[in-house]
Formats: sequence, structure tokens, C-alpha cells
Amino acid sequence: MIVGLESWTLARPEIFLAAATALLLIYGVVRGEIATPFVSVATSAALLVTAALLFLPYREGPAFSSLFIVDRLTATMKVMVLVGSAIAILMSRAYFEQAKAWRFEYPILVALATLGMMLMISANDLMALYVGLELQSLALYVIASFQRDSIRSTEAGVKYFVLGSVASGMLLFGSSLIYGFCGGTAFVQISGALADGRATEIGVIIGLVFVVAGLAFKVSAVPFHMWTPDVYEGAPTPVTALFAVAPKIAALSLLVSVLMGPFKPLFAQWQQIIVVASVLSMALGAFAALRQQNIKRLMAYSSIGNVGYILLGVASGTEKGIQAVVFYLAIYLVMTLGVFATVLMMKRRNIMVEQVSDLAGLARSQPMMALGMLIFMFSLAGIPPLAGFWGKLYIFMAAVEAKLFIPAVLGVLASVVASYYYLRIVKVMYFDEPAEAIDRPAFGVNRVVALVAAFLIAVFSLVPQPLSVIAEAAARGLFP
Amino acid sequence: MTIGLGHYLTVAAVLFTMGILGIFLNRKNVIVILMCVELMLLAVNINLVAFSVFQGNVVGQIFAMLVLTVAAAEAAIGLAILVVYFRNRGTIEVEDINAMKG
Repeated sequence: MIVGLESWTLARPEIFLAAATALLLIYGVVRGEIATPFVSVATSAALLVTAALLFLPYREGPAFSSLFIVDRLTATMKVMVLVGSAIAILMSRAYFEQAKAWRFEYPILVALATLGMMLMISANDLMALYVGLELQSLALYVIASFQRDSIRSTEAGVKYFVLGSVASGMLLFGSSLIYGFCGGTAFVQISGALADGRATEIGVIIGLVFVVAGLAFKVSAVPFHMWTPDVYEGAPTPVTALFAVAPKIAALSLLVSVLMGPFKPLFAQWQQIIVVASVLSMALGAFAALRQQNIKRLMAYSSIGNVGYILLGVASGTEKGIQAVVFYLAIYLVMTLGVFATVLMMKRRNIMVEQVSDLAGLARSQPMMALGMLIFMFSLAGIPPLAGFWGKLYIFMAAVEAKLFIPAVLGVLASVVASYYYLRIVKVMYFDEPAEAIDRPAFGVNRVVALVAAFLIAVFSLVPQPLSVIAEAAARGLFP
Repeated sequence: MTIGLGHYLTVAAVLFTMGILGIFLNRKNVIVILMCVELMLLAVNINLVAFSVFQGNVVGQIFAMLVLTVAAAEAAIGLAILVVYFRNRGTIEVEDINAMKG
């Protein structure tokens, strides 16, 4: 089969990113360590240019014999992933410089992982899915252990690698069963075989369970979450910031396109799995975070809880549900980047600190920083009228419309419990006896990111409509 | 007795389960975990190739090639991470991987 020009046009953002990464890698290798600042800025710029290429001009359709597909949903998800990765690279400089790990491989690896995420999001075939997922995972294993003289960072790498490989193995075993019982790996072949009864349904369901387990691992949904707290705590803070946004968005997008695409005929079967994973994630995210003292570990449980809410939107299986998922992911991206930008500014006598108790009395020593953190925490807790509240509202409305009453009620209760630990951080900052003051943050990327994130949350809180219109357009791509 | 698809699938399922059990029951050495991961991936390859032959459809063999390639890359990265970890800790015993708890 001849691959026409059309395929190359559809994939030009990915091709551009791959070529730019390869060139920057060559440049970095030739110039050595002095190239790091340039490579880092240029990689971020390349990621943002890739995001622009997605929409200038916007094209959609399947490419490369239907291995790859572009539609509104994939394009929207890719923009979020690209922006998240670009900002995560920019935020990392000060931290890595201080840790003496400021090397040009870091931005290159992030760009490669992002390329893998884009392939995953656009996958329209089990083979493309697997290759994209592995490109992402292999780069992320290295990034987790990037601070190679630190025990915690390398241990995070080992844990992430072992458990991530198990997840890939399960996903692959499921894919092989689905291939065998449907007679093909392309998503259209799978949905065709399921629709006309050619497929052995029980075999496909077993395969689907394995695939969902593998993907649940990548989005850290309970009961496959056990790696998350350790990896988030151990990995260098800018890496944790990246892990909390880009791979999560990519894996959730993949989960949506797999479940709502080829496995739509098995909706009744997978809905139960997703509802259980969702309720358990919301509950664990709320209760396990209550006694955490380390902010990175706390954010790990917070992200498990957030994934629970997002899965509830997926489980509703309606256009409203997917719209809520996109909306929630966009707000989650902004809030999480804001929190991590603030955490990256937490230094005392020029040493990074990351305990909740280190924030004591922050409102007196650094009022602006405390105010930013207050906005992010209130938004994460879902206090109206902040952006996080709208996200949760859309999710619960979609769940109720899909008649998922009990999970929706449990979700609201879990979010009440979760607000305790978000509000505890606010209480520590505003009412506790001041600890030794945190250094005044130097002007830099992290301050800009935190400011912009707080500003965006304020904007989304007052006018959520534009974002919900974008989310609606994205969701419509799945329901032609 | 002729050997049918079911036999191949059974072998693959047994190998896969051994791989998973090996990872979760093994309390000794991380290298053994890497071997178990390889075992899981090879079980998948048996599945893919068996399905491919019995359906007369070549996609499974292409998939198996991709899995082999990725497995090689994965082993390389896993060993590299293990080497940096060993330099820091001086041990790769599974029970010693416990700097973080919660």
C-alpha cells in the first residue's frame, strides 16, 4: 500500500518534533555541557511550535493505513500534553542547576517522551498504541532516575521501571488476546468484529481486562496505584511536575479513545471496571493523603484522587462525560503546574524544602506565594466558584445523567474528605506559628508559571464557558 | 495427538503467570525481576505468533517483531537504571529498596 502525501501532512506535528529532537540531540552531543541552556529553551520552543502546527491549519482523518488518527479530541489532548511538557522543561532549570544535574539530555528525553505521548493519543491500532506507549515509558524511566547521584531518585527509577514493565506486559498480553479473537489489531477491525459477532466475545473481554489494567497502571488508578507515591516523592521535583501532568493526560486520552472507540460494543462490560476503579481511586486519594507530611507525596495521592473523578466521567460513556473529562484535564493541568511551580520556589537558606510544616507562617513571610498556594488549594479542593469546582460539577452532572447515582454521591463525599488536607495546607500557611522564613523567591520561570496559573484559574472561575466550548468541540469528535 | 491453538495459548498463559508470580514473590534480586519481565514478553510473543499462524494473518508476526525490539530496549534501560542504583546503594537486593515508605 502506498502511503500518500495526505498521511505525512496529517502527521507533520509529530514529524517536526522528531526531527527537531534529533537535531537538538546532535547539537548537544557536539557542543557538550555548555549547550544545555540553549537545548533546553529550544526544546521547549519546539514543543510549542508543534502545538501550533496542530492547528495551523487543522486537518483531520486517519493516516498511514489507519495506524494513526487525528481528530478534535486527539488535537486538544496533544496541545495540553505539549504545553505541560514545555513548561515542565522550563521549570526544571533552577532545580537541576542546584543539584548539579543540569545536563542537555533532560530536555531531549522529555521531548522524546512527549513524542511517544502524541503517538499514543493518536493511536488507531494496537501496534501503534504499544509503540507509542513504550517510547513514552522508556524515556520516563530514565527521567525518573535522572538525578543519578541521589539514592531516592534512582530508587524511584527502579520502582517505576519494574512496575511500569509489568503494566506494559499486561497491556501486551491483552493486546495479543484481542488480536487473536478479533482477527486484527486495527481499531476499525476490532469494532467491526465485535459488531458483527465474528469475535469470540469472552476472549476479547479477557483481553480488554488486561489492557484496561495496563492503562489503569499508567494513569495510576487504584488498585494499580502503588508506584505513584514513591515515584512522585523520589523523583526530582521538576520531574514529578512533569509526571503529574503530561503522561497522565496522554494515558487518559488513550483510555478514552480505546474504550469509546473499538470497545464501544462492550460498554456494559468495561463500565463496571471503570466505575470500581474510579470509586476506589477517589476514596484512596482522599483518605491516604490525610496523614502525608511531604508535599510531593501528598500531590501523588491528590493526583490519584483526581484520576478517580476523571474516570467517573469516562465511565458515564456519554458525550457530556467526555466533555467533562477534557474540561477537568485542562483545569487539572493548570492547577498542578501552579502547585509544583510554588513547591519549586520553596527554599530555605538556598536549600529546597518539601514538607508541609515548612510552609508554616508563609502568609507573613511571603504573602504573594501564600496567596497563590491558597488559590491552587481552594481550587483543588473544589471550593466554589474556583475552577476546580466547575470541573467536578461537570463530572458529577455527567455521571448523574448516565444514572451513576451511587458513584456520584461517593465522589462528592470523597471530595469533602479530600478538602480537609487541602485546607490543612492553607491553615498551616495562614494560622500556624511561623517556621524559619522561606527565602524570597528569585524572579524566574517558576514565579511566572505560578502567577499565570493563578491568573488562569481566576479567569476559568469567572468565565468557564470558553473552555467548556473547546471541550465540547473535542468531545464531539468521538460522537460523529 | 495434534497440537492445536489451545496448547500454544496454554503454554503462553502459564509462562506469563510464572513471569508475574516471579516478580511479586521474588524477594531476592532485581536482576531476577528483569528476567521475569522478559518471560512475560516472550509469552506474549508465543501468543501472537500462534494466533498469526492459525489465522493465516501476518499482522501477529509483525507485532512480535516490534515486541522483540522494544524488549531489547527495555532490558538495556532497566540494566542502566540498575547500575546507577547500585552505585548509590551498593546493593540490588529487593528488600533493600526501601528509602521511601508511606
